[in-house]
Amino acid sequence: MSRATLRTLIVFVVVSVIVFTLPAFVNDFRAQQFSYVGIYLVALIGLNILTGYTGQISLGHGAFMAIGGYTTAILMSDHGVKDIVTIPIAIVVTGVAGFLFGLPAARLSGLYLALATFAIAVAMPSVIKRFEGFTGGGSGINLFGTPELTASLTPVRLFGFELTFNNWLYYLAWSIAMIGYVIGWLLVRGRTGRAFRAVRDSETAAVSSGVSLARTKALAFGISAAYAGAAGALFAIATTYVNPDTFPVALSIFLLVGVVVAGLGSLQGLIVGAIFIQFMPLWAQNISKSPGAPAVVYGAFLILVVLALPGGAAGLIARVLQLTRRGRDFQKP
Amino acid sequence: MAQFFQQVVSGIASGGIYGLLALALVLIHRATGVVNFAQGEMAMFATYIAWTLTTNHGVSYWPAFAITLLASFAGGFGIHQAVIRPVERGSQIRVVIVTIGLLLMLNGLATWIWTGEVRAVQSPFPGGTFEIGGVAIAYADVGTIAVCFAAVIVMWAFFQFTKVGLALRAAAVNPNEARLVGVRVPLMLGLGWGLAAVLGAIAGMLTAPSVFLDPNMMQSVLIYAFAAAVLGGIDSPIGAVVGGLILGVGLNLIGTYVDFIGSDLRLPAALLVILIVLLVRPAGLFGKPEVKKV
Amino acid sequence: MSALLELNDVEARYGPVLALRGVSLAVPEGAVVAVLGANGAGKTTTLRSVSGTVKRSGEILLDGKPVRGGPEASAKAGIAHVPEGRGTFTELSVVENLRLGAYTRRTRSLKADIEQMAKYFPWISERGEQRAGTLSGGEQQMLALARALMGRPRLLMLDEPSLGLAPLIVKEIFRIVRELNEKQGLTVLVVEQDARIALNAASTAYVLEVGKVAVSGSSAELRNDEAIRRSYLGY
Repeated sequence: MSRATLRTLIVFVVVSVIVFTLPAFVNDFRAQQFSYVGIYLVALIGLNILTGYTGQISLGHGAFMAIGGYTTAILMSDHGVKDIVTIPIAIVVTGVAGFLFGLPAARLSGLYLALATFAIAVAMPSVIKRFEGFTGGGSGINLFGTPELTASLTPVRLFGFELTFNNWLYYLAWSIAMIGYVIGWLLVRGRTGRAFRAVRDSETAAVSSGVSLARTKALAFGISAAYAGAAGALFAIATTYVNPDTFPVALSIFLLVGVVVAGLGSLQGLIVGAIFIQFMPLWAQNISKSPGAPAVVYGAFLILVVLALPGGAAGLIARVLQLTRRGRDFQKP
Repeated sequence: MAQFFQQVVSGIASGGIYGLLALALVLIHRATGVVNFAQGEMAMFATYIAWTLTTNHGVSYWPAFAITLLASFAGGFGIHQAVIRPVERGSQIRVVIVTIGLLLMLNGLATWIWTGEVRAVQSPFPGGTFEIGGVAIAYADVGTIAVCFAAVIVMWAFFQFTKVGLALRAAAVNPNEARLVGVRVPLMLGLGWGLAAVLGAIAGMLTAPSVFLDPNMMQSVLIYAFAAAVLGGIDSPIGAVVGGLILGVGLNLIGTYVDFIGSDLRLPAALLVILIVLLVRPAGLFGKPEVKKV
Repeated sequence: MSALLELNDVEARYGPVLALRGVSLAVPEGAVVAVLGANGAGKTTTLRSVSGTVKRSGEILLDGKPVRGGPEASAKAGIAHVPEGRGTFTELSVVENLRLGAYTRRTRSLKADIEQMAKYFPWISERGEQRAGTLSGGEQQMLALARALMGRPRLLMLDEPSLGLAPLIVKEIFRIVRELNEKQGLTVLVVEQDARIALNAASTAYVLEVGKVAVSGSSAELRNDEAIRRSYLGY
């Protein structure tokens, strides 16, 4: 096993231990906050595969989360499907949607792709409202009415332990996040990952090496959308209510912020990104109670990170590690 | 039939606004190669400045308009020098992210300073309509069209006939050669941003009376402007204006006569325009097809 | 006659690569001086050092005063640099290209200057509004020359004017350069790969090799020395 892989494994194990023992040390409310960190982490892992590995910018992943979230909500409220069961379905639905979008989108370069995905994020609430029959229109779908399908009323029993809703959600979100991370790691190490990176570094060279450009880029879109779908499903389960404003344009932007802050792809970087997305509005409130404060801080942070830290948080962490250890750069897989 | 003409006229008015904002986008894209996601928020912020001048400081409309334009110019120039210049030569992702950061900051700042309260804004044009051949035409629409037209003409004259305009054009397309003849390119690019901000401010001030002033007011206008710019050709100023007009009139007519779209789906319809154009003819109506250098 | 342009021990680098390793040369006022050498010898970099397009160290003096800063500053100081590939503003018209050449001058009316250019290049008056990118290579080279002259420069620097042009056109261009030098006393520094035609126009020449001056002298000397011609000039 190479040094890089060993390091990744160690980090993974350490993080897993911390994550799974955390609820014992924090109160219920904090656990809920950290569940959201886990949910954002799932979305960020997917977005990172897209942006970091194939170099495609997406400003629309909030819309994919919406697809996942609404899939879950519709399945639960209209078809009585249990919450956990809806997650794989949401993953598949969103993944396919992402792939189908990715096929024509493969022809768009950097800025134009950002533009197109941004437009999707802005337009999604209108589309949701338009198809009221399906989506409950402006009033959305309420999942409080189906408590038997969630853990909100009946506590879940696992290994003889009884979990509160918040704890159950926490473990669900983080399990999916960690499994998702492992799958992602395996993916980028393999042939698919190499094809992704080839596309990012030089499309012309990739094509000359036999990589099908459209399929590869669309595959990356599909995979990242699948992750977003999972995150959206979890989000719906967590908030027990979805409406067109649950997944606003700001969410898509914040996801991109998370990826930028995280830098390129190590687990710890992405966790920092997810923490940033979840807790930043709260920290911003300390500066000013005004509702505008979080956006100002997000925006300023974004600009500062790009101007000052080309490698994002992962780059910063890597540099710090370099100071404490002689040897090579911390390499992500 | 009368309704058709009415829709066309109001379509031209809204199309003029889209065209102005699209022109701003094209200006910046030609000069610095950047898609400025913050263009709408910059316009919104300027509109708030105008509103504050007229409401809280008793300045009358047209003087406030002029002051706002000056402030926008300074703001656009300043933003370019402060946060765009350091990154404009780097990767596209970084610049996109900076403009998104600007988007967030300006939106948040506007909410912070003036709260998210939705406000009604008075139009500088008289209300009501007049009739031509049985068709009712709103004074506001005519006024809007006139202002847009004037703005476009002034811009065109500036670029065609002045030394600075020529220098800006040169700096936009051949920055290295422009430096060799003595043009201070970074200054010119900042100038371009300033002018784009002015166009955006005009677009914002023309939009406010009809949609009410709030921090999110320009977000859908930005999408329409993107659609217009893409339709016309992202590097073509004529394309931006023509694209805006086509889009304004087209969306109005489709919205009126195609029930399925109605008024809810105007935005997704614009999105569809963007996607279709980018896939079928990325260069737009007036742009030159890009040949990728291997 | 004192030197209009003096380079003393100039070094220039592209990133980590040292392209000029201490070049010294002098261009007397009113002379035509050629810089020759193989590909990669540092000829273009020499011109770029003078116009400030590349980071350089060492002494560069114009009229005894140091030249500092970027291209804008050197343009203001009266140095007209026609780069490799002409540097035409392809999107702009012929006349607009000419106007840009006079950018650093404060005069209001450029009509007289443009008419002057039309005397050297008659096609300018017929095709003033044409997009410069649609001109032929030779015409673009002449346009570049005219553009440089519009600025009434102290020093004209030409980078490989013969590149990509038919021999007849190259001859014409050098004829015009010589005429400008003889009639108007224009000081010219020309970089060329075609040593023969450059030596015909120039009075002195410097031959660069790997970033340093290998040989220098009057064109007559260099032309007549067979050993030098064979090893450095390729003919």
